[in-house]
Amino acid sequence: MTPEQLSQIGADEAAARASAPQRLYVCMAAGCISSSSDAVKKSLEAAVAERGLKGTCPVTGVGCMGLCSRGPLVSAEPAGILYQDVSPGDAGEIVQSLSGEPVARLQCSRDLPFFKRQVGVVLENSGRIDPERLEDYVAAQGYEGLVQALTEMSPAEVIEQVSRSGLRGRGGAGYPTGLKWSTVAKAQAATKYVVCNADEGDPGAFMDRSVLESDPQRVLEGMIIAGYAVGASRGYIYVRAEYPLAITRLNVAIRQAKHHGLLGTQIANTEFAFDIELRLGAGAFVCGEETALIASIEGGRGTPRPRPPYPAQAGLYGAPTLINNVETFANIPAIIRKGGDWYAAMGTARSKGTKVFALTGKINCTGLIEVPMGMSLREIIFEVGGGVPEGRKFKAVQTGGPSGGCIPEQFLDMPVDYDSLAQAGSIMGSGGMIVMDDSSCMVDVAKYFMEFCMSESCGKCIPCRAGTAQMYDLLAKISEGRAGMGDLEMLENLCDMVKNTSLCGLGQSAPNPVLSTLRYFRDEYLAHIQEKRCPAGVCAIKQEANA
Amino acid sequence: MPIALGKLSPPSDDKRWKIVGATMRRHGFSRNALIETLHTVQQSFGFLDRPSLQYVAQSLRVPLSKAFGVATFYHYFSLKPPGQHTCVVCLGTACYIKGAPQLLGEVEQSLGIAPGETTPDGRVSVLTARCVGSCSLAPVALFDGEVAARLSAKDMQGRLHKWVSA
Repeated sequence: MTPEQLSQIGADEAAARASAPQRLYVCMAAGCISSSSDAVKKSLEAAVAERGLKGTCPVTGVGCMGLCSRGPLVSAEPAGILYQDVSPGDAGEIVQSLSGEPVARLQCSRDLPFFKRQVGVVLENSGRIDPERLEDYVAAQGYEGLVQALTEMSPAEVIEQVSRSGLRGRGGAGYPTGLKWSTVAKAQAATKYVVCNADEGDPGAFMDRSVLESDPQRVLEGMIIAGYAVGASRGYIYVRAEYPLAITRLNVAIRQAKHHGLLGTQIANTEFAFDIELRLGAGAFVCGEETALIASIEGGRGTPRPRPPYPAQAGLYGAPTLINNVETFANIPAIIRKGGDWYAAMGTARSKGTKVFALTGKINCTGLIEVPMGMSLREIIFEVGGGVPEGRKFKAVQTGGPSGGCIPEQFLDMPVDYDSLAQAGSIMGSGGMIVMDDSSCMVDVAKYFMEFCMSESCGKCIPCRAGTAQMYDLLAKISEGRAGMGDLEMLENLCDMVKNTSLCGLGQSAPNPVLSTLRYFRDEYLAHIQEKRCPAGVCAIKQEANA
Repeated sequence: MPIALGKLSPPSDDKRWKIVGATMRRHGFSRNALIETLHTVQQSFGFLDRPSLQYVAQSLRVPLSKAFGVATFYHYFSLKPPGQHTCVVCLGTACYIKGAPQLLGEVEQSLGIAPGETTPDGRVSVLTARCVGSCSLAPVALFDGEVAARLSAKDMQGRLHKWVSA
């Protein structure tokens, strides 16, 4: 397709919208669908047809609107009135209200800090476009960045903008994206690959799922731009088999992009060719590690290998490979469109831009948020997230999944960026934030994550394979009140050993949940060991152990 | 002796093998398509048995040991036939701190089986998931693939009872 054809699609779409003065958006991301938003959509369609409004008020299924805990969510546009907990029976009333006052009993205020404090970059289209229509994405400035990159910029200039933006890898480790891109671009090889890591394995994190379900074209655009910048002509998206809706929407998106000449040969009338294929994961957490992910795409067991060589030099099928996470790619179109400096103006000195977080656990507003880097944990949890429910007391927030740690109350005013979180003994990770109140036992939480790492260890290196099992046994002993102080000492020694001698990130970070809880909640460990008592009342301490 | 690609006959004349064959053909019978092909087998037949693994391994020219290695490495693949109904309890962090252990306890009590097992009458299989990504609705479980949100042990009991007594 030519750039002119692209703007024509955008213009046609705008004209179609102008002819329909009102629109109803229904959230059709996995969260709301689980609360039957598909039935809500059907009855809204019926109600619209019944009143003869079909032409003037289309009902559109859109992506995630963020406030998943109040789903199913419906919004009436262009007024932007948001309805929560909508049931199919409410359809008539909502459609009726389009010509009058909003339905007060269902209305959810847009003035909530949950909405007000957010800044949309990755999620700018989320909940506003139909994820299964390329035209919707184009009308929202989609593929403008790609056309701009292909027709006005050299690959080096694209990388320059990405470097200027200060974007760091959103998969968790925070490696500077521009640097990664330029390494792959410099590698001399006839074939190179771009891989999108959509194997979102952290329990308690669903940012990538939501982006893929809500705005899949955005991820494709980011990957195509990356392909142009590094000189690759083929891309793979490695996506979890556990995300069926994301897979369906990605397949639809790829088909539509091919149909419109945005994938394939002569993209946007230039000489550039790029194609994308999906590869399904099969439920192995370790495949989030880049060398394990490559092994899995090649059809083998997902075991990591020592680095160097890094995938940027020798990755998929031995070729230089750029691997970025979904959210990283989703940032790219906006960075190219608006410039690296625009992006770098947001965030902190060393962590630029915005970050998407999944707020879950013991928090009032659970769901998906995007905020500028550097917002404090207190603002995120108590303002955006609305605080801890049922008047209970905040105890800790867990970030970074099984590779991260639990951050206690005294750090609530810390700005959230890569470096501060690392200093507090956790990591940014992919963006899951699980809030815990005083009903959670920190020994139990540490045991939970160790069980996770133990079963997800691929078994290739001994420190991880045997070390996580030993640590799990010790944690089980502590939680059951069977441990002595010697066990605690051994646990600490093992943490140190596994952290420093494991082959890949899974093993190296597996002790983090233990280390962080030991650092901030040592008294809970001591209560289990010395007093044979679980302060939160979670662990089942056997009576005979008490005697 | 070299084997002609795509000329192996499938383990049975079940029509579903055509779907499996199509997946392998689409990938040009490349060894790299092992996982993709196993996904198709599991999708079509519900699980991977020995004859299907042998057939896929031979067709893609990978050692049977590698096919078994891959099939057992990934949690998503199952070597046992599933029950008539499947209940997957999510054990993600959000579900865990909001009561997933109690849900599992209820499953054990109601059905007398542990995760990974199927009731002796073949009616219900119970599995656990690392995280299904519906964290804001925690705790959740999937009943035949459909997410049930904010489950209590009592809800779990009711749903399982329906399957068992149906």
